[in-house]
Amino acid sequence: MNKAFNRRGFLQGSLAGAAVATVSLAKPTEASTFEGYPDSIGVLVDLSRCIGCRSCEAACNKEQNLPAPALPFNDFSVFDELLHGQKRRPDETRYTVVNRYEIPGREHPLFRKIQCNHCLEPACLTSCFVNAYTKTPEGAVIYNADVCVGCRTCMVACPFYIPAFRYSSAFHPRIMKCIFCYDTRLTKGKPPACVESCPQEAMTFGRRTDLLEIGRQRIRENAGTYVDHIYGEHEAGGTAWMYISPAPFEQAGFDTTVPKEPILNYVKDFLSIVPMVLTIWPALFAGFHLLATRKEKLEQQKKNEGEV
Amino acid sequence: MHTNPKAVIAAAVLMLTGMLYPSQPCHASDEYDAIEIVTIDVLADLYKPVVFNHQWHTKLAPCKDCHHHTTGRQDMDPNCIRCHANSKEATSVACSSCHSSKQFYPEQLNETRNPTLYHIDKPGLKGAYHLSCVPCHVKKNAPSHCEGCHALTDAGKQYFHLNKQAAPGKTKGSHAQ
Repeated sequence: MNKAFNRRGFLQGSLAGAAVATVSLAKPTEASTFEGYPDSIGVLVDLSRCIGCRSCEAACNKEQNLPAPALPFNDFSVFDELLHGQKRRPDETRYTVVNRYEIPGREHPLFRKIQCNHCLEPACLTSCFVNAYTKTPEGAVIYNADVCVGCRTCMVACPFYIPAFRYSSAFHPRIMKCIFCYDTRLTKGKPPACVESCPQEAMTFGRRTDLLEIGRQRIRENAGTYVDHIYGEHEAGGTAWMYISPAPFEQAGFDTTVPKEPILNYVKDFLSIVPMVLTIWPALFAGFHLLATRKEKLEQQKKNEGEV
Repeated sequence: MHTNPKAVIAAAVLMLTGMLYPSQPCHASDEYDAIEIVTIDVLADLYKPVVFNHQWHTKLAPCKDCHHHTTGRQDMDPNCIRCHANSKEATSVACSSCHSSKQFYPEQLNETRNPTLYHIDKPGLKGAYHLSCVPCHVKKNAPSHCEGCHALTDAGKQYFHLNKQAAPGKTKGSHAQ
């Protein structure tokens, strides 16, 4: 009998535990969307200014000590390169690339620089189960190769397909991505190397809130020049790197189907249940099982006692 | 871009020329007052200085196409006039007197914070030069690739990884194309 009481106590305890866990876990999901660190830094890219000189690519290569390119940085034949029908992308040898887009109805092509957009709520960060990623208060999304296990979930999670994997190194494989020149420049109050190298000042460096003001001023005061949209203000829940363009964004290779809320929001509700399922459910259902088989066991016990 | 002491001196000289040369009291400066040759070497590092034939350019375009104002004459840009209708005569026409060769440093970022400041989007000196020159060069089919105006220095060649040279001529491209 004593044994049975203990079992009941255990069951009651586990049910109470499940209830508490459900309530406490429900809290973070109700928290409002993270609007980004106050005073965080960003960059506003103006596509109408970029002339495709690739100085930013050269600057990045030097600053981040990346391998030498196959072609010099002032070779513009790279704009015609296609890999599997796609234009160039950042990879393990380059954190940023500039691509050329012919826009129907425009005399001159547009050039678009691609690099990590440094999301306010990065999908790579939330997808990483060893916390290899950090969103710093300055605004950079940085990566720690020491804890990375190489699962590459971040590469799947990123809505902009930015993190690249160094497959070429058998002994030091790691994620390679733009880190906003965090350690060498951003923390010292300097703009990233690409921004400083740009002759056209196609990139404006500043506080994200100020950049939104600057972007809106540029759109307003050059009526008809720009599409009335700042890409990255809301895309993927907001990004530190934002863009204004004189042509529709999809024509310049932007993915305009990227959701306007953090990617995290799509999995937040589901993910908050995972710990509960993993910890509470085994105990709970084991309890149910024991409860359901209790009568049988008691009868068995009685029978055994009778036999003795 | 590194600022070496030489560049600072050059900047000072450039500013002085801008201030002294065309300033004839009581007369608005015009293209006849224009200085002949300007060597733009303030930012020279990866590229050699630009020897800019200023006088020749004054025959191609009116002053206001490049300068917001001349000394002594009011800016006629309707957007500027909104605030500057009664502003004092400008003392300098040099780009570098307003556009800083050092851009995006922390103090500047704090200045942008000022809610009463209109000029929150002022390009730096490098940006001002290129944003002013390149569109016109493209439009008039003047050289618009980087080395059309300034040749690469050895540092610049290294920077662009020109050492293991691809076919010469292949590197030449124009933004106008």
